[in-house]
This record gives sequence, structure tokens and C-alpha cells, in this order.
Amino acid sequence: MAAEGAGHHGPMEQFEIRNIFHLDLFGHDISFTNSSLMMVVALALISGFMIFAMRGRSLVPSRVQSLAEIAYEYVAGMVKENLGEEGMKFFPWVFSIFIFILILNLVGLIPGNFTVTSHIIVTFALAAMVWLVATFIGFWTHGLGYLKLFVPEGVPVWLMPVIIPIELISYFIRPISHSVRLFANMMAGHTMLEVFAGFAVMLPWWGKIAPAGFMVAFTGLEFLVAFLQALIFTVLTCIYLNDAVHMHH
Amino acid sequence: MFAGTTMLLAVAAEAAEEAAQSGGLPQLNPHHFTPQLFWLAVTFVALLFVMSKIALPRVADVIEERRDRIKRDLDAASRLKDETDKALADYEKALADARANASGIAKQTREKLAAETEAERQRVDTQITAKLKEADARIAATKSKALSAIGDIATETARAVVEKLIAQDVPAEDVKKVLRPLAGE
Repeated sequence: MAAEGAGHHGPMEQFEIRNIFHLDLFGHDISFTNSSLMMVVALALISGFMIFAMRGRSLVPSRVQSLAEIAYEYVAGMVKENLGEEGMKFFPWVFSIFIFILILNLVGLIPGNFTVTSHIIVTFALAAMVWLVATFIGFWTHGLGYLKLFVPEGVPVWLMPVIIPIELISYFIRPISHSVRLFANMMAGHTMLEVFAGFAVMLPWWGKIAPAGFMVAFTGLEFLVAFLQALIFTVLTCIYLNDAVHMHH
Repeated sequence: MFAGTTMLLAVAAEAAEEAAQSGGLPQLNPHHFTPQLFWLAVTFVALLFVMSKIALPRVADVIEERRDRIKRDLDAASRLKDETDKALADYEKALADARANASGIAKQTREKLAAETEAERQRVDTQITAKLKEADARIAATKSKALSAIGDIATETARAVVEKLIAQDVPAEDVKKVLRPLAGE
């Protein structure tokens, strides 16, 4: 594709990390990149919104205050439903995970913006944090009794040699399934949009309508996916925490 | 939804293959892992701090205060309702008392009047009875006087007749004696 010229390498180019300025920490590269910029933008948007929305702290909420309260009540409901009332001690952490992923997903949908959650290393780091925290809480709460999580009740003894490895594998695979789900959805959606945008550019004017129309519809779907994937990531976080706290299967 | 995801993944995989030919998937370039992890840690910890120390407690305060306020208002409303109910019950009791009182007074008056009428009637009755008795006595007296007068006249007449017949004066006492059995006395 000569028309696209140098620097454009097709639909995957949007996932390219670009340095904004170079930074080093004890010999490690910690450059501020387009990804870092989007994380900082999300942090600023979330903090700014939550603080701005609650500035009035009025009993009869304004529209923005309602929005902040809805977000709060929504995640609080999710935590209470999965973890019960005592699970509210994890609420700030769960809320941060939800709102961070949601805003990163949504900000990434703005054309030209980088989507932080389309990088496996980021989603894996978040999922690994959830897995480590859940595992730590499991052993902290139940001691070695937490290992009973891998020995389901009511299973005949002769099945144990099969069940225990399966349970172990499914437990250790959690951070991978947890992170790949979010990463793959974000990457696939954005790639799809870019591919159809490429068609719309390449085709003559009478052929542009179909891919352009598809993109409009697909962008709507992507907003849903952005929300849904943040929600699924958070619900799974609650479920893993519930396993750790209550050991229900 | 599932089919859609599969299709998306197929498209993504194709695109990834294309990218792989032009230098690999950007997501799998380990050179960019450290800066991303570093900035993720920094921003997430900062977000967690701002949310848990500043933003979320404010939301929680407002929501809790509103819940308390609503509960207080509901409590006050139910207290006021109880008071109203009590006042209404008091009023109704007073009304019932007054009604009972009024009917008592009416009954009393009725009974008093009836008793007075009865007493008056009895007094008049006695009076009439007394007068009747008196009249009866007078009639009886007059009758007996008249009867005795008739006896005297009969005696005198009999004496005169006897005197004429036998030319002899008969004492009145004797005539009476003779006449008495005849008179049925």
C-alpha cells in the first residue's frame, strides 16, 4: 500500500507504544509513553470527576453527583452481592479496578487515542494483582485450610487424583483467562474498526458507505463491550475474592 | 455474542499475522513491558489512594447522611402519626362520653318527670277516692235517715190506724215492736 506511505503498517499500528520522553530508573527503562499518558489521563479524569461531582455533597444530588453516586452504588451492590456486607472492606480496591478499566476502555474508543487495556501486559498485571491478593487473603483467612478449595466436598476419594489437578490448574489459570478475556476483546474490537476504516479509505466513493455504516454500528457495540468487559473483570474479581473469603465454590 | 467474538478474534488474528510480518505484534514486544508496568503501578496506586482516602468516603458520607435523614424523617412522621391517632382516639372517647352523659341526663329527666306524673296521679286518685267515700257515706247516711223516717211515719200511721180501730191509744214503742219484723228489721 504505497498510498499509506511510511510509518503506517496497517491495523496493528494503533497498538504501537511510542515514547513521549525517555526516563530511566536504576538502569530500567520507565519511559513516559502514549500508554502512560492514557493512564495518567484516566487517573486525572476519574479523580477529577469523583471530586468535582461530590463538591456540593448535597442531600438532593445534582446530575453529576448522581452519576458519581450511581457508580458507587453500582460497584457497592456488586461487592455486597458477591462478598456480603463484610466484603465492603475491599470496596475501594474493587471500585478502583472497575472505574480504571472502564475509563481506559472508553478513552481508548476516542479515535486517535491509545487503548491501554489492549495490551496483554497491562491486563495481565491487573489480573495477577487480583489473583495474588485473593490468594493472599485466602491463606490469611483460612491458613492452610485454604488448600481445601482444591478438594471439592462430596467427590468420591478415587476421583481425587483427577479432581485435584483439575482444580489446581483451573486456579492457576485464572489470571490468564482473566487477563486474556479483557485484552482480546479490546484488541479485537479496535483491530476490527481499523480494518473497516482501511476499507472505507481504500474503496471508491460508492463503496465507502457499507464499511462506514458498519463502523458506526460497530462503534456502538464497542461502547457496550468497553463497559461489559470492565464489568466482567470486576465481577470475576469479586468471585475470586469470595472464594478466598468464604471458600464457597 | 460468542460467534461474534470468534469472528472478531479471527479478524484480529489475521491482522496480527500481517503485523507479525512487519515486525511482530506490538503487544508482545518485551522492550515495552517495564515502562507500562511501572506507569500502571504508579497510576493505579495513585487512583486507589485518591479513591479510598478522598473520593469514596465523600460519596459514602453523603449516601449515609441521606439514608439517616430519610430514616429520621420517617421516624418523625410515624411519631406524628401516632400522636394524631392518640388525639383522635381521645376526641372520640370524649365524644362517646358526652353522648353517654347526654343520654343519661335525658333518661334521668324522663324518669323524674314520669315519677312526678305518677305521684300527681296517685294524689288525685286518693283525693277522688276520699271524695267518693265521703259521698258514699253521705248517701248512706241520708238513706238510713230516710229509712228511719219512713219507719217513724209507718209507726205513727199504724198507731193512728190502730187508735181509730180500737179507740185506744197504743204506745209508740209497742207499734214499733210489732212493725219491726214486718219491716224486715
